[in-house]
Amino acid sequence: MLKYVIRRLLLVIPTLFFVALITFVLAQAAPGSPFDKNETKPLPVATIERLNRFYGLDRPVYEQFVVFLGNAVRLDFGVSLQRDRSVNDIIGQGLPRTAQLGVMALFVALAVAIPLGVVSALKQNSAIDYASVFLSTIGTTIPSFVLAIVFIYFFGVLLKLLPFVGWGDGLDRRMIMPTVILALGPMAFLTRITLASMLEAIRQDYVRTARSKGLGEQVVIVTHVLKNALIPVATVLGPAAAALVTGSFIIETIFSVPGVGREYIRSILARDYPIIMGTTMLYAAVIVIANLTVDLVYGMLDPRIKVA
Amino acid sequence: MTTASRAVSTQERAAVLNVIHRQQRSLWIDAWERLRRNRFAMAGLVVVIVACVLAALAPLIAPYDPVAQDTPANNSSPFWEQGQYWDPRYVLGADQLGRDILSRLIWSARISIVIGFVPTAIVFSIGILVGMVAGFYGGIVDNLLMRLTDVVYAFPDLLFVIIIVTSLRATPIGEFLGGLILIFIALAVVSWVGVARLTRGQVLSLKEKEFVEAARAIGAGPGHIMRRHLLPNALAPLIVTAAFSVPSAMLAEAVLSFLGIGIRPPTPTWGVMINDGFVVFSTTPWPVLLPSICISIVMLSFTFLGDGLRDALDPRMKL
Amino acid sequence: MPELLEVKDLKTQFFTRDGVVRAVDGVSFELAAGETLGIVGESGCGKSVTALSLMRLIPQPPGKITQGSIMFDGQDVLKMDDDEVRGIRGNNIAMIFQDPMTSLNPVLTISRQITEALELHLKMDRAEARKRTVELLELVNIPSAKKRLDDYPHQFSGGMRQRVMIAMALSCNPKLILADEPTTALDVTIQAQILDLLKNLAREFRTAFILITHDLGVVAGMTQRIHVMYGGKIVEKADTNELFANPKMPYTWGLLRSIPRLDENRKAKLLPIEGLPPDLIAPPPGCRFEPRCQYRRDICREKEPELIGIPNAKADHEARCWGTQAGGWLVDSDWHRDVGDLAALDAIKAEVADLPPDVKRVEAADDDKKKGN
Repeated sequence: MLKYVIRRLLLVIPTLFFVALITFVLAQAAPGSPFDKNETKPLPVATIERLNRFYGLDRPVYEQFVVFLGNAVRLDFGVSLQRDRSVNDIIGQGLPRTAQLGVMALFVALAVAIPLGVVSALKQNSAIDYASVFLSTIGTTIPSFVLAIVFIYFFGVLLKLLPFVGWGDGLDRRMIMPTVILALGPMAFLTRITLASMLEAIRQDYVRTARSKGLGEQVVIVTHVLKNALIPVATVLGPAAAALVTGSFIIETIFSVPGVGREYIRSILARDYPIIMGTTMLYAAVIVIANLTVDLVYGMLDPRIKVA
Repeated sequence: MTTASRAVSTQERAAVLNVIHRQQRSLWIDAWERLRRNRFAMAGLVVVIVACVLAALAPLIAPYDPVAQDTPANNSSPFWEQGQYWDPRYVLGADQLGRDILSRLIWSARISIVIGFVPTAIVFSIGILVGMVAGFYGGIVDNLLMRLTDVVYAFPDLLFVIIIVTSLRATPIGEFLGGLILIFIALAVVSWVGVARLTRGQVLSLKEKEFVEAARAIGAGPGHIMRRHLLPNALAPLIVTAAFSVPSAMLAEAVLSFLGIGIRPPTPTWGVMINDGFVVFSTTPWPVLLPSICISIVMLSFTFLGDGLRDALDPRMKL
Repeated sequence: MPELLEVKDLKTQFFTRDGVVRAVDGVSFELAAGETLGIVGESGCGKSVTALSLMRLIPQPPGKITQGSIMFDGQDVLKMDDDEVRGIRGNNIAMIFQDPMTSLNPVLTISRQITEALELHLKMDRAEARKRTVELLELVNIPSAKKRLDDYPHQFSGGMRQRVMIAMALSCNPKLILADEPTTALDVTIQAQILDLLKNLAREFRTAFILITHDLGVVAGMTQRIHVMYGGKIVEKADTNELFANPKMPYTWGLLRSIPRLDENRKAKLLPIEGLPPDLIAPPPGCRFEPRCQYRRDICREKEPELIGIPNAKADHEARCWGTQAGGWLVDSDWHRDVGDLAALDAIKAEVADLPPDVKRVEAADDDKKKGN
């Protein structure tokens, strides 16, 4: 088990290396210097040269990459090109909010998706079944920013029920809409998976065996069906985490949540490469770790998978 | 074994023998029959066709130039709100720069359809080719492909697309056709790997099948086997995946444009329209809501069609 | 002798999109305590559905027991409420299923799957139940049973898993065990071991059992009586020796001709039953076997024969055949010599040969549907 964990952890390194390489190469491919943004009032050439020297942009590309990697290993992503702050500082400030948003959304998604998927599998063609089909269709097809717009229009503008700008500390009414909207996509996806794997598990021979033992329907469902049906659900939590990450920067931008996602979009529009690099590495790390965790949990849930 | 018994139809013989009989049909006709019975899928198909027609005929149908600004008419409301800001010339109103929303919506369909289909075509050509070679020959190509997928899977698609688009936006490629080509490239770079992996998996399981063995035994070359035996049998899941890849490409464009790094204004796309109007959304919601509705309808239609195709072509496939 | 089980006119149907499948169509039989019975027939003839109906395990929908009664120990299973039925399942009637690979839950340990019935029906606590489980596993000859308690099913071989299933079935000392093709999924070498085990344990515990199989060879030494099923109906009932010595129904003849025997002339060919089992949505109006019967006459197509006592046989030997019933054309014929009307045989063969392969496949798929898979 330990060996497996170590081997998987070691595989994370090349993956993150390639993510860094790709991002770095692409950032390098971008034409022009980050300091020539202001076209009407260009900086004096001497200033640009000084800035380039300061940020190490005058050195050969491979050297820059080595320096970047060396620093990245020490979790140092440098200084923002536009704002006089370190990347770590900017990310560090946004991270708790983004993490809170992500965790709350994941929790909401699971708390709705699993019961909904289970009940609609048990009560096929009932109102709940149709509700879950409706929810999963909407959640998987309509883009989150469109859902956000519709929610803002109804609950914020028309009904004036919920605020839709900003975030807060602890728990705040402003968190409701971003969390719910961010949760909808993974929720829909997880509902679909839960429903499908419940329907698959419920028609297995061992369920009939369980019934033939005289077990009550509830015991059959909980110990025999659910335990099998949730294994596929656990395996998609990795992709669900990825969906939350990509969803978060759209949602944070729309609802003005001061998190990493909004910084990411801001830095992209400003071509502030150190921040882009830092946040990309962060996102990739989150996804790699989520996938790794899911694999390990999968090994624990399903005795047929030999983790050794 | 009399000729008489051969002369009666299969159906009659089945009736005589009292066994259940289904008419023998080709897989594709069968699938089409199943698809046709699926009302949601057919509704989706109709919407998709309508969107394609609108896209093709945009210059003829759109009442105004989508980028022409009629400043005095700015923010005029759609016909169902009338009131003091209503301008009868602009049925669905005009945006804050006085551009006709109806015309912009129609022209946007054009971009969306192109964005949906062109990268999908590119992605599937590359992906199928690489996947077939990797699955059929194994070896280095296969190893490289698998490593590459590991990396790409650690990158959420959208994140990858955003980084490509941001980096190359200021290059000549990025500026070509309002950024359209760059989006094609970004989507293709990111998605072909998934298709290659899917094809590879199909080929791996198919190449062990008896009919491939048989083809090999009678001396068919690898090219022939791939074209005539592997591809047709791997096609069903690929078609289903393609049906879902079209709307996800449209979605990517909409998100990019909404974030301000997709298609460059003033070229209208639904994402651009939402981005344009978002600042004044709480006071004039329709310029934002209308393109949102369009995106939703088109996305829903493609999903219904994709679901229907999946059910019709490959009922065992999940999700 | 008071009967343990008395099934009367049982009808189980499946309501599918293509129509109503009459999987079990008026089946009646009895079983005394400790008695053993074999039910034999091709797949799709309603054997498994009969067994599942006895425990009310038919998936509903699409299935439904539409008629009849199942008296078990003086109570009608079909009139019980759900709790009462559950009180019988696993406790008084236990079932062993066909495929031990899929019939055990992959994510639960072996002990958990046996103890849950013990805890439920015999009100044992965890420790007692585990102790009993070890005994049961030893009883079915699982080596180092104690060590293997917390193993998962995938760590057992197919034969071992079927032993676990037998241990599970025996766990609450049921009065009746239903074994549905218990050896079909196993290696031939293992089959005999499992059957012996089942027979010996049932004798030891005085448990009645019903062995369901498509293979007449399997039931030969196993059960006291045999019922042959075809197309959802019982077509022949006899005690085992009588059935093998003096079968009275062309379908049984067909089954017997298709099993290899060591005691017969080596040159005797194995003869399959030509044709396909009937579509149970629209069964033949007359005898259900008529479309495949090379002894058929016009009456066979027109009217369905009853299951009644027949001449030239033991008193309790019944068959459902116009030919072998009193006054029929097969009363005196010897099935070893009389192979029937060869023209009819050719016609049956020709009809099947011309059918496109997908018809046969549809038929197989429908078998699955009937089993409720």
